[in-house]
Amino acid sequence: MNALQFLTWVRGPGLNIAIGIFMLGVLWRLLEIYSLGRRKDLSAPRRTAGASGLHTVFRRSLPAPGMLKYSPVSYTAGYLFHIGLVLIVFLFAPHILLIQNAIGLSWPGLPSRFVDMITVVTMAAMVAVLVDRINKAPKRFLSTFEDWFAWTVTFLPVLTGWLAVQHLLLPYPTMLALHILSVEILLIVLPFTKLFHAFTLFGSRWYNGQVNGHKGVPV
Amino acid sequence: MSATLEKGLRVLKEVIDAPIASYFNSCVHCGLCAEACLFYTETGDPRYTPIHKLEPLRRVYEQEYTLLGRLKKMLGLSKPVTDGELDQWQELVYNSCTLCGRCSAVCPVGNDIVYMVRKFREGMSASGHAPEGIRSAVNRTVTLGSPMGVKLPAVQAQMKHVEKDVGLPIPLDAEGAEYLVVLSSMEIINFPEYLGAIARIMQQAGKTWTLCSTAFEATNAGIQIGNSDLAKVIVSRIVEGAEKLRVRTVISPECGHAYTALRWEGANLIGRPFTFEVKHIIEVLGEFQAQGLLKTEGFESDRLTFHDPCQLVRRGGVIGQPRTLMNMVAKNFVEMPDAGYMNWCCSGGGGASAIEEGEALRLQAFRKKKSQFDAVSPDRVVTACANCRIVLEESLEHYNMDIPVVGLTEMIAEHIPNKPQAAARAEGA
Repeated sequence: MNALQFLTWVRGPGLNIAIGIFMLGVLWRLLEIYSLGRRKDLSAPRRTAGASGLHTVFRRSLPAPGMLKYSPVSYTAGYLFHIGLVLIVFLFAPHILLIQNAIGLSWPGLPSRFVDMITVVTMAAMVAVLVDRINKAPKRFLSTFEDWFAWTVTFLPVLTGWLAVQHLLLPYPTMLALHILSVEILLIVLPFTKLFHAFTLFGSRWYNGQVNGHKGVPV
Repeated sequence: MSATLEKGLRVLKEVIDAPIASYFNSCVHCGLCAEACLFYTETGDPRYTPIHKLEPLRRVYEQEYTLLGRLKKMLGLSKPVTDGELDQWQELVYNSCTLCGRCSAVCPVGNDIVYMVRKFREGMSASGHAPEGIRSAVNRTVTLGSPMGVKLPAVQAQMKHVEKDVGLPIPLDAEGAEYLVVLSSMEIINFPEYLGAIARIMQQAGKTWTLCSTAFEATNAGIQIGNSDLAKVIVSRIVEGAEKLRVRTVISPECGHAYTALRWEGANLIGRPFTFEVKHIIEVLGEFQAQGLLKTEGFESDRLTFHDPCQLVRRGGVIGQPRTLMNMVAKNFVEMPDAGYMNWCCSGGGGASAIEEGEALRLQAFRKKKSQFDAVSPDRVVTACANCRIVLEESLEHYNMDIPVVGLTEMIAEHIPNKPQAAARAEGA
């Protein structure tokens, strides 16, 4: 298989397989988790303004009172790379084109110079959280193979995408194919690793907010 | 009732619900919960990272409720949870966790970690891995009626004492009273002032109240050990007492876990909603204050601070009332850093203070509380939980800090004018 055949495959059947596994995986995992249900709380609720599941879904996007100083890298680098990833995925013109071809929806993108900059910042932030994971005792202690693996499969699409756009290291078609392949790997493993928090965090925040909101505590 | 690993694992499977599944899937191992836990911050030992305390529960979840986990289990690729492992985890689930809930307040993905610890304890207890100290407290509560072995005659003796002291009657088994007052053993034995305070406060407010001869003990170590069957037995006494006496409201004493047991877990334990309300004494005082039924005179002039009991505040939602009440009677009330919602535990909640072998660790963890005290150098500490109070007193003594600890209800009662009947009548008109 030469570079062009490789690119054709990852763009066609490869992408379809990956998206198929991703969608079925997400659906299966969501069912597996949320169909477990829970018991109704029979205690009398206490109503307090700002105490509900929905409030917590939003509120938890900000650091809890006093926490920023304990782990500044987690928060700052964490924000940077999450926001960076969203901007790159959804506001880079070629990505929008891909989405338009697939589902017909389109929106204006960012100039590629900006996306370049965002990509570099995102990669730097991801390296920072990796170093933090190695440096901070609780993070290092909790880390398993899955944590290093999840970091790698998230980092590779950003890195290969950037290298492809910059025409660095490998010929463009090869690097682009590698980029798409790395995205496919990410899509396939996402539902079955901690990366699935991208979906469950909303449910988790809602449950926490709801259970404590029942007690009148805005968490 | 014999405890076995098999039973424990079955219970663990039973307690896993959608929230727990969602929480385990959301954890990204960021370790921020460690920074919220006084057992980690004061020891620097990452084993005390809250989410790590749940590792056996997580594996049961993965092996029983996920497709990949079940596959791995079938192929013999997963590590089963063993007795030896649960035994090691006892220190993590009990000694180094006071169910304070700070971890649940900081988790960025929103995991309610303390919710899971509470459920994990059910399995630990069923498999025989709960610490001896809490186990015997539960047994005494179930067989004798109270964790400290206090029986009705002891209560009646205290009632007589208090009646003589404050010159007001302490009603027992008065049917149709508005409030049923339940106590913690600690208050019966160590802090009888509490009962006198209630008598004076109720007198001033013009409210009827009673104690109950079959339901005077409010503490529920069944909640702390994680045994819902026993917790149910204990809470049922109060439900029966309240319904027999047809009271409108049961007043939970200055005891954090008694409040959680009665207010939030009680109805779920007995499987039906209560026919009466449950309020913490501080909530009742807050209501009396708002309705003008609580009048005080004079002020404490020394420097006072308020220690928030976790179960009352972060886990119970009674946050503003203690402040209002403190300001009624204190001229020099200072708040500690992190006071209120994010307050640090006394280090002995959730049954931890009953675990003898955990004492050294508990005293080490107390340094967090100590640093809060050091920041404001109070002359006295006020709190609203008898267990916090005992733990604070013992720990302060250990660190040679001469700071007395007092109960908020008693402090309020001390400021009630000495012509209670007239005042109450005037108010009632």
